[in-house]
Amino acid sequence: MVTRIKQKQIAQLINDGKRLDGREFDKHREIKLEIGVIEKAEGSARVFLGDTEVLVGVKVGIGKPFPDTPSEGVLTVNVELVPLASPMFEPGPPNEDAIEIARVTDRGIREAKTIDLEKLCLQPGKTVLVVFIDVYVLNHNGNLIDASAIAALAALLNTKTSKYEIEEGEVKVKPGYNQLPIRNHPIAVTFAKINDKLIVDPSLEEEEVMDARLTITIEKEGKICAIQKGGTGQITKEQIMEAVKTAETKSSEIRKMVVKD
Amino acid sequence: MTKSDEKLIDKNGLRIDGRKPDELRSIKIKVGVLSNADGSAYIEQGKNKILAAIYGPHETHPKHLALPDRSRLKCRYHMAPFSVDERKSPAPSRREIEISKVIRHALEPSIFLEYYPRTSIDLYIEVLQAHGGTRCASITVASLALADGGIPMRDLTVACAAGKVDGHIVLDLTDNEDKKGQADVPLAIMPNLNAITLLQMDGQLTISEFEETVEFALKGCKQLYEKQREALKAKYVTVEGEEE
Amino acid sequence: MPTFFERKQIVTPGDLIAEGNYIAGENTFKKDGKLYSTHIGLVEYEERKVSVVALKGFYVPRVGDTIIGKVTDITMGGWIMDIKAPYAALLRASDVVERSYRPQKDELSSIFDIGDLVIAKIVSYDRTRDPLLSIREPGLGKITRGQIIEITPTKIPRVIGRKGSMISMIKRETGCHILLGQNGLVLISGKNPEYNRLAIIAIRKIEKESHTSGLTDRVTEMLKKEKESEIKND
Repeated sequence: MVTRIKQKQIAQLINDGKRLDGREFDKHREIKLEIGVIEKAEGSARVFLGDTEVLVGVKVGIGKPFPDTPSEGVLTVNVELVPLASPMFEPGPPNEDAIEIARVTDRGIREAKTIDLEKLCLQPGKTVLVVFIDVYVLNHNGNLIDASAIAALAALLNTKTSKYEIEEGEVKVKPGYNQLPIRNHPIAVTFAKINDKLIVDPSLEEEEVMDARLTITIEKEGKICAIQKGGTGQITKEQIMEAVKTAETKSSEIRKMVVKD
Repeated sequence: MTKSDEKLIDKNGLRIDGRKPDELRSIKIKVGVLSNADGSAYIEQGKNKILAAIYGPHETHPKHLALPDRSRLKCRYHMAPFSVDERKSPAPSRREIEISKVIRHALEPSIFLEYYPRTSIDLYIEVLQAHGGTRCASITVASLALADGGIPMRDLTVACAAGKVDGHIVLDLTDNEDKKGQADVPLAIMPNLNAITLLQMDGQLTISEFEETVEFALKGCKQLYEKQREALKAKYVTVEGEEE
Repeated sequence: MPTFFERKQIVTPGDLIAEGNYIAGENTFKKDGKLYSTHIGLVEYEERKVSVVALKGFYVPRVGDTIIGKVTDITMGGWIMDIKAPYAALLRASDVVERSYRPQKDELSSIFDIGDLVIAKIVSYDRTRDPLLSIREPGLGKITRGQIIEITPTKIPRVIGRKGSMISMIKRETGCHILLGQNGLVLISGKNPEYNRLAIIAIRKIEKESHTSGLTDRVTEMLKKEKESEIKND
């Protein structure tokens, strides 16, 4: 828990247009990216957002499609708040915080149609590729949503799957690899509302004093593809529109770091 | 299932259920429907049928979960197995856990939780039938259950979604419109305090489309708010009618 | 300094009742010079004080209130009681046992057992500590006979009526002893179950129609009618 005095300090600084770590309101912490760090995974990436550290492994398997999308591959996102990452995390099945991060990350990827899921269909209604995105939070220092979303996208861009073919109704693995078909690049930008001001990429201390949280995910054409308001506070329509516009700029900056042509 | 093989808006600009783009589904609300609960309410919004009940504020169990400076709001959004086409397992899904959390966050700003430290307020929402927009209808009805329980509140909370269907911005999407449409934006407000307490979005919208969608949802919330208030008062004013 | 509702008009949480130099009374709050309701209830003005008489509410303990509690647990120090409030109340053994209290020897359950109903007074409460009870006054203690009903605690003042007019009328018409716990529990003990029944329907009617006017007359009339039909049936 943040002490009262720090709480006051953060609020006072924000009033004066400053932040605890000296950042401007619309500045992220330093983002560092490592690609392909887990050889056993079909795709992987480790992302540092300041001291926040997230590792994503992508595994691809064979499975059945959902009945309502028989000719599309399956995408699942799971988030583990690993106990070694923070004294606040406990072992056990994902709690509501982990589930929220997973679902917001999933929503951004899914709604931007990031993966061409139709290309992952081997036999309509029967056999498709299943893409498991497992987000491992290794160090929690705030803004896990943005870190998870960036790491997930970086890992997907780095994912190669085995070549599968159907022969006489059976799945056969052929030599060589396929690049996972990625056609969009959603980037999440999260804001914290403190003292009625919006700041980008809140640190853990800022999260602990924030009234509300707002995540805007923007796809590569500049359209919004997911939004999530969090926290127990309230926001105004004007603040939302301000956040959307900031997110548009910030997301394209971050996208340039993640997506290398 | 492709997203364009079915027309959701006809040439007269009407939707499959005959509604205009900015029209809400039919609404039926009743307050004080369960005698055991400390507060309760029921809503029908189109084919959605949802019950909400609160218990408390009462002592927190287990005790270590008690918050020293305010009351703890516990919220469970749950769908009945028979509420959807394919039977839903009664175990809480990830979707239900997330929705429980965002509903709690949408309602908390309206409650004076600081009045009763160490206690908890249990909110239970049961979706008996789901047909799109259940998280919003749940917030609207849960806020009434809280008011019916005499919980001190800053404002009622009312919620409504808007979205994009067949290229048009529409209000209060059905299940079908949500699945086949291009975007869905659920939103909750405290109407008198001009504050937004729930905002989510999925789909794709340009920034200007998004702004228009939010405007639609805000207007929908205000219409719903009138019905919400009427329902709350109706529990008490009907007594006079029974006199004769 | 406008007001937006008439006296006795019904309001819901968040309704803007008044603006300007007013004092926020019960069940209201003030923000940026505006005064809003926090409950469903009826507006009341008293000079510059604006309040809302809640139509539904739970019991919040107040020092000096007489309440009816149910023993839910017995500890070394005394009895834990459910008083229909957000907090459980404690009745200390030392308040009840006259001589110096020895936990090993005194079986507290032989005085008040789990499930017993006790009339008690609230002697301290401040939201950070659970309410403390006492029975050291005449009329307090274990309930041994009568019937208990539960009503919305916010309706208790209406059952009492102006200067006790309503409750004395019911007592007079039914011949019942009635004890109103401020926490919404009501003890009724009459000469026979028939009189108890009359008192109960009267109290239920008041609870249901508390926000209407001319209630005392209607309740009196109802009781008279019921009694007449009673006599005819005999």
